[in-house]
Amino acid sequence: MPRFRFPASFEYLDEVRTRVAETARTAGMDDNAVYAAQLAADEAASNIIEHGYAGKTGASFELTCEFERDRLVITFYDQGITFDVSKAAKPDVKADLSERKIGGLGIYLMHKLMDEVHYRSTGSENILTLVKRKD
Amino acid sequence: MEIATKEFKHCHLVTLKGRVDSATAPQFTQVMDGLIDKGVYKFVIDMSGLEYMSSAGFRALLGAQRSCKRYNRGEVILASVPARIHEALELAGFTELFKTYEEPLEAVGSF
Repeated sequence: MPRFRFPASFEYLDEVRTRVAETARTAGMDDNAVYAAQLAADEAASNIIEHGYAGKTGASFELTCEFERDRLVITFYDQGITFDVSKAAKPDVKADLSERKIGGLGIYLMHKLMDEVHYRSTGSENILTLVKRKD
Repeated sequence: MEIATKEFKHCHLVTLKGRVDSATAPQFTQVMDGLIDKGVYKFVIDMSGLEYMSSAGFRALLGAQRSCKRYNRGEVILASVPARIHEALELAGFTELFKTYEEPLEAVGSF
């Protein structure tokens, strides 16, 4: 499976979303599912760039995106700071304006938008997999 | 992302077009903060031309809403929010934090 490499910079989020949308559309997923997959992939990539690499220059991450047995499978590979997204603190989405926390929202959305989110670290690489089933 | 502002008697109308993500949200924040620093606290955000908004955009909206609502001096109101963006805002619990109107001019008239 081809891995697509992107520099760890926000300017490349557009390309990440395009890559995901192309695969999802080719597989015949509906517009809402395509949008959800794009948004979840954007949040995952943004998190890697912002927190995994925390402004480190010259860093990059890789992406695979494929459709297999009625499931869109998006996988990110990075060598940044290890962060298990399943252990992230959940934001209180019912808190008042003054109590509302800024962080954690992207990871929360990623979980809400996808059917499955898996994370593992090999020691040298963080691997984050997002799965969305075709309805 | 494209951003344009228009001054009305009782509020500013900010029109967002294209895509707001981690790359472009800072530009949106910069425009909002610039106006807030000048004492503008009443805003309508016209989202009719918006194709995409990630949580980076939501955070920018939240920051602006906090500044504007402080001391009850104003508010950020959303108008013509595309269905998919509205759904994502709802998932994030943001629809509770913003009044939304179908039409921008209706929102402008509410101030």
